[in-house]
Amino acid sequence: MKKFMIVLAALVALSAPALAVEPDEVLDDPILEQRAREVSKDLRCVVCQNQSIDDSDSGIAKKMRVLVRDRISQGDSNQEVKDYLVSRYGDFVLLKPPVKAKTLILWFGPAVMVVIGLIGIIFYYRRRAKEKPENAGAKPLSPQEKARLEALLKEEGNQS
Amino acid sequence: MSSRLFFFIPLVLFGVLVIYFAVGLTKDPSKLDTKVLLNQPMGEFKLIPVKGRTEGLTSEDVKGEVSLVNFFGSWCVACLQEHPFFMKLAEKNVIPLYGVDWDEKNPNDVVRWLARHGDPYTKIGVDVTGETIIDWGITGAPETFVVDKEGLIRYKHLGPITQRSWNETLWPLIQELRKQ
Repeated sequence: MKKFMIVLAALVALSAPALAVEPDEVLDDPILEQRAREVSKDLRCVVCQNQSIDDSDSGIAKKMRVLVRDRISQGDSNQEVKDYLVSRYGDFVLLKPPVKAKTLILWFGPAVMVVIGLIGIIFYYRRRAKEKPENAGAKPLSPQEKARLEALLKEEGNQS
Repeated sequence: MSSRLFFFIPLVLFGVLVIYFAVGLTKDPSKLDTKVLLNQPMGEFKLIPVKGRTEGLTSEDVKGEVSLVNFFGSWCVACLQEHPFFMKLAEKNVIPLYGVDWDEKNPNDVVRWLARHGDPYTKIGVDVTGETIIDWGITGAPETFVVDKEGLIRYKHLGPITQRSWNETLWPLIQELRKQ
């Protein structure tokens, strides 16, 4: 039983999520390694497109992970590392598109739509509340109109 | 009347969105931007030679003359497509063609590849770490750059070069750059 528990514990310990980062890439300094992981998660693998380089097994992703670690070890800030790769590959290399003139619609379009919708709803209900119930403002029929209405109704009755 | 028009605004906005998406969906996301490094100086590099040779490739080699820098590998199928064309260029001595070999599993692979298919390159450097290919914004192979006399990147061609892309784009550009 004890043996079984040990094996079980070992299996649980070993079944940590599979990572693309290979042991030989990992930096000795855990703080720098942590930063490298953070930067890697924001960078697109340029051949697999919808994976970050932290997730990808491709050759270029591995090269980029190593480059990120080299630069961080040499004292680059996280932003400097990203800026370098953007200067080589364009914004495309960032998984999250940056906020700039060209991407304003992308970032704020949905919120603007919601606001426009809300304003529309508010206007609609306000106006409906102001409007009096049906017939409320209508004038009562004049005696002539009444007579005419009765005549018309009678006529209709005779026809059927 | 004006309040009626107000209710058409969502419809109009919807129409705008539809057009926006319709255009966006026709774009191929795997088609990459080739203009990121345009008119920028190429980075410095110093690459080791192909196994068994003595001369590698440095950024200094590329400067001084309008030249082509081709990123290739023996593993790259599409590189074989443009290879006969490069052999023709080399035979006629049209333009210096520098090769950057990368992502080889075994350093002997490229030696065998060149022996089998011929070597059209003026000089070849091997990028082992990937530092140079990232510096050039490489995403695959083949990729070919036109570099001017000052070492500025003037054009990036993705995929194999064909006679047609040569006639229509590359050769006119090279002649233009030579005049400068």
